[in-house]
Amino acid sequence: MKNLDTEKHIKGKSLFIDDFPTPDGTLILDVFYSSVAHAKIVSVDYSEAEKLDGVKKIITAGDIIGENQIGGIIHDETLLAENEVTYIGEPIAIIAAKDKRTAHKAKSLINIKYEELPVITDPKEACEKGELIIPPRIFSCGDIYNTWDCCDYIFEDTVETGGQEHLYLETQGSIAIPVEGKKIKIISSTQGPTYVQKAVSKVLNIPMHFVEVDVLRLGGAFGGKEDQATAFGAMAGLAAYILQRPAKLVLNRHDDLVITGKRHPYISDYKIGLNKEGKILAYEVSYYQNSGACADLSTPILDRSLFHATNSYSIPNVKSTGYCCRTNLAPNTAFRGFGGPQAMFVIEAAIHKAAEEMGIDVEEIQKKNLVSEKDVTHYGQVLNNCNAQKCFNQTTDLYNYNQLKLDVKKFNSENDQYKKGIAIMPICFGISFTNSFLNQGSALIHIYTDGSVQISAAAVEMGQGVNQKLRLIAANVFSIPVELITVESTNTTRVANTSPTAASSGADLNGNAVFIACNNLLDRLINRAAEILNITDPKLISIKNGTVYISGEKTDLAWNGLIEQAYFNRVNLSSQALYTTPEIYFDKETNKGNPFAYHVYGTAVITSKVDCVRGIYNIESVKLVHDFGKSIDPVVDKGQTEGAVVQGLGWLTIEEIAHNVNGKLLSDTLSTYKVPDIYFAPDEIEIEFLEDSENRFGPLNSKAIGEPPFMYGIGGYFSIINAIKSFNPKLEINYSAPITPEKVLMSLYGK
Amino acid sequence: MQRKISLIVNNELVEVEVNPGSVLLDLLRDTLKLTGTKEGCREGDCGACTVIVGKLKNGKIKYRAINSCLYPIGNAAGKHILTIEGINTDSLNKIQKLFYDEGASQCGFCTPGFIMSLTAHLLTHNKLMYDEVVNSVAGNICRCTGYSSIKRAIKELTTEFVSNSYELDDLINKGLVPDYLPGIKERLISINELISERSECLQKHHKIIGGGTDLFVQTPEELFEHDLTFISQNDMCEINFKGNRCFLGSTVTFEMIKTSTELQQYFPMMDDYFKLVASLQIRNSATIAGNIVNASPIGGMSVILLALNASIIISNKEEKKVFHLKDLFLDYKKLNMEKDDIIEWIVFNLPNGKFNFEKVSKRRHLDIASVNSAMYIDDEEGIVKTVYISGGGVAPIPLFLKRACEFLTGKEINKENIIRTIEIAETEISPISDVRGSADYKRLLFKQLLKAHFLKFYPQQIKMGDLL
Repeated sequence: MKNLDTEKHIKGKSLFIDDFPTPDGTLILDVFYSSVAHAKIVSVDYSEAEKLDGVKKIITAGDIIGENQIGGIIHDETLLAENEVTYIGEPIAIIAAKDKRTAHKAKSLINIKYEELPVITDPKEACEKGELIIPPRIFSCGDIYNTWDCCDYIFEDTVETGGQEHLYLETQGSIAIPVEGKKIKIISSTQGPTYVQKAVSKVLNIPMHFVEVDVLRLGGAFGGKEDQATAFGAMAGLAAYILQRPAKLVLNRHDDLVITGKRHPYISDYKIGLNKEGKILAYEVSYYQNSGACADLSTPILDRSLFHATNSYSIPNVKSTGYCCRTNLAPNTAFRGFGGPQAMFVIEAAIHKAAEEMGIDVEEIQKKNLVSEKDVTHYGQVLNNCNAQKCFNQTTDLYNYNQLKLDVKKFNSENDQYKKGIAIMPICFGISFTNSFLNQGSALIHIYTDGSVQISAAAVEMGQGVNQKLRLIAANVFSIPVELITVESTNTTRVANTSPTAASSGADLNGNAVFIACNNLLDRLINRAAEILNITDPKLISIKNGTVYISGEKTDLAWNGLIEQAYFNRVNLSSQALYTTPEIYFDKETNKGNPFAYHVYGTAVITSKVDCVRGIYNIESVKLVHDFGKSIDPVVDKGQTEGAVVQGLGWLTIEEIAHNVNGKLLSDTLSTYKVPDIYFAPDEIEIEFLEDSENRFGPLNSKAIGEPPFMYGIGGYFSIINAIKSFNPKLEINYSAPITPEKVLMSLYGK
Repeated sequence: MQRKISLIVNNELVEVEVNPGSVLLDLLRDTLKLTGTKEGCREGDCGACTVIVGKLKNGKIKYRAINSCLYPIGNAAGKHILTIEGINTDSLNKIQKLFYDEGASQCGFCTPGFIMSLTAHLLTHNKLMYDEVVNSVAGNICRCTGYSSIKRAIKELTTEFVSNSYELDDLINKGLVPDYLPGIKERLISINELISERSECLQKHHKIIGGGTDLFVQTPEELFEHDLTFISQNDMCEINFKGNRCFLGSTVTFEMIKTSTELQQYFPMMDDYFKLVASLQIRNSATIAGNIVNASPIGGMSVILLALNASIIISNKEEKKVFHLKDLFLDYKKLNMEKDDIIEWIVFNLPNGKFNFEKVSKRRHLDIASVNSAMYIDDEEGIVKTVYISGGGVAPIPLFLKRACEFLTGKEINKENIIRTIEIAETEISPISDVRGSADYKRLLFKQLLKAHFLKFYPQQIKMGDLL
């Protein structure tokens, strides 16, 4: 199973945006952006910058031919600010110059005057001032108000989770090349080629078929290039179109950190009610999402928080309310988990607090409330093939949780300076875009006369291995060696109207489309083979390992010969197919329906060790059982799981996004924003594939993998909290993530 | 401004007119179109730009991994540079194959950097130990894999070479490094002869560049536009011992100190200190004097040297001066140095007593400290003869804790005296709140690190409970 992408990566031969050979005369672009978080622009003087040798033009809002608007869902985002700026990093002008250095220097020569306006960085303050992007969203079931009286225990608290920088290693970038007849081609590092195409079309006031967007691969994305790559594609397009010269825009790391949004920080208030046995009877929660200055994807992200309010638990009475709070920070955006992790953290904090106060084990409450087959969620979906309990029980059995817990206890009783903590984290994550119409994948397959096969699909390769999965699916349908198959760049002229590669669904949607398209071709080929072999019933024909069989008997007709014959007989050797996820719907008025094709389940046990002198810690091990369905490529799926776990742990521990009260990002370099390194990563990540998991919605019975394992990281937070508690039992826990070494030390020695 | 620079890149002689204050990464990517080397951050924090630099010394080429984004072309003159393109063969080599099999590359952007770090490790060792190989990639950030698959690949690689020492020929025979390597030496010698003919440029210019690992993060544009003096290859690049004194040449790199067998005898934990202070790529470039004159209040080397009561030898056109390092730092980023002064040597007495360095940062490794501290203590029968304590991140300068040291000198090591020492030390510090932590946190952390020193020094006499 040769993975062609990996092979190129390892030799440094894979091209990313900044690696593409560009035509002579390509202009290099840089973005001039706001240095204050909220202000009226009084004046901008570009004269000094324009005079600089090598500066071709400085493009401003006034140069935009079409509409100065790139908002995807809500049209509240300009490409270039004109009169007012609402966050630090908001683009104001594009500098086109002969090289990077000149463009950068010109930026420093621009003289801008602001009249500063009040700045809001806190979501609750925004909410109080009525700065909501949409009216509050409420998902509920049962009747919480009449349930509180039936509860033996009620706990309330406020919890916080911080933002997270995507830190895709390849920064945002695009190349734009003018094409004859007022057309334009954009090579973009985007998860959503069609979003870029639409934005360019709008900004340039040309029809979409004048815009070709090509995406070869992304050097990481994690959601950060779902919506936010669009602006940079549009900027490159605008410059190239106006100047009729190729133009390249690749952000440097600092600008990328400042300009682009991150995972949404949340402040959440909850109230949870339980009976004596630990059964959760009612749960009320309000999420104050720090959306940043523009809507971006904040509204569907908030919805996903509401969907995942109860994580893996069945709670009869739920009221969850979400507020999209507009603040003066860069627009926050999609990030692996898409609002799910923030909500799951809250319910886990609620359970942890309840267990602490009631004096019972956290896992007892977790286990008692796990969802089971045919349970109905608070959004009205019946859970089929529910593997929550299977995963939980297998995890505790396989890894002998009780013994692990005893080991931790023993270690703690024998050590002063170091304390260990252990925690269990179950997950339940819905698969499908919650905007149902997006659940479509498409593929175009060509078979060439030599028998080689070429796939184009809507899916974008960003390291998640979707190309390899598509090849394996095609190889499986045709029963030919995977080496005969390549996957091409994602290109809007070959595959139109693409849904972004997001929501963990790239391989599902496009894999199913590839499956359909390949089967269409296979039918034609089988019919042709029957004709060649003089068999009246094509059902007797099959292809195995590149050879044609009749009723299981091998023939002399091989794949190559068959294709050649088919060509000479004018058989259509190309096929296009669309896959749409069946049975899903969601009513946005009642907030009930069947939004997800299926759910992914799993449970992890996480152990950590805290150094109680220094307040530092390490995650020792993560052991989990995960529901992969029938994995198409276990190497890819394992890699996705390990990567997600560590990224999740990073979010909850060392990755701290800091802003000052003026809305300035303080963690704006890689020396101030730290992501996991090889020493941070747990010594041990053990992954067990859940057996006998079926999934009729996934290609070849597989399940989506991108996002769900991210949330195992939440268990890392609680394992550290538990270690701290064993050093400082009197501590009143302030449930606030990330739990940086600062918070750990202050908690070890706090009250 | 431009100068003619000659070097060998992979198997090619490269002669270019270029600003010496531009960085190697730009030469590779923009001029030579070797785009396998990636730009991830341009501040030496991600390792995507890692390449191998070979330097001729005493008739041998010494290879090491560096961050090409911070490596000035002026330092690359006369060197051999190996990039991913230079080690590729038609098939995958063993390291590449292991990365492939384990799925250790996902999006692929960081991968060439990892491969180069590992290749450099092979070139600089003749035996593989798992922990050391892991350390060779500690300066490489991967956002996709979570490192598990990379660790598996390293484990396999180590197993492959287990207990066998190897030579360059073995690496060539296994296809791990290119077969043109043995011929490079002669070619470098002839280039370096040419360079010494052109070396009129070694006068004092706009700025003196050692490794450049901080200056090229802070002011790359300014450095690009000015003529610079590159001193990393001068005579001061050595570690000497006279009696019980150690003389560190100003351009000695962090890695030279870390791997000095003499110093390791006196500082058995030194390996760990340096792993905390900087990545291998940075350690291979960063110089000790650079770290000192940078004057960062949390400079790792300054804090270590303060607790060794080090002196510095400074020279200018007229005179040589010697004074204590603790008298060098006047105020935030302000040094007791004149414009033409150059640090030549750093001198300290090799310790008789105990030495310890502590550092806490948000991420344990390769992160700038929130607070760090070093302590040297020499005691006889439980009575302190000499003690030096330093702290970083708790004042505008790397701080020598004068009063705390004075108090503890001559005192008995016991719970009360330690607590009192820490109390006094606390009166000497003035931390501020910033992105690395609140003032309250830094205050508490500093006290904890002082306790950590004593707990390490006197595990029998002092227990954690005593100091709570």
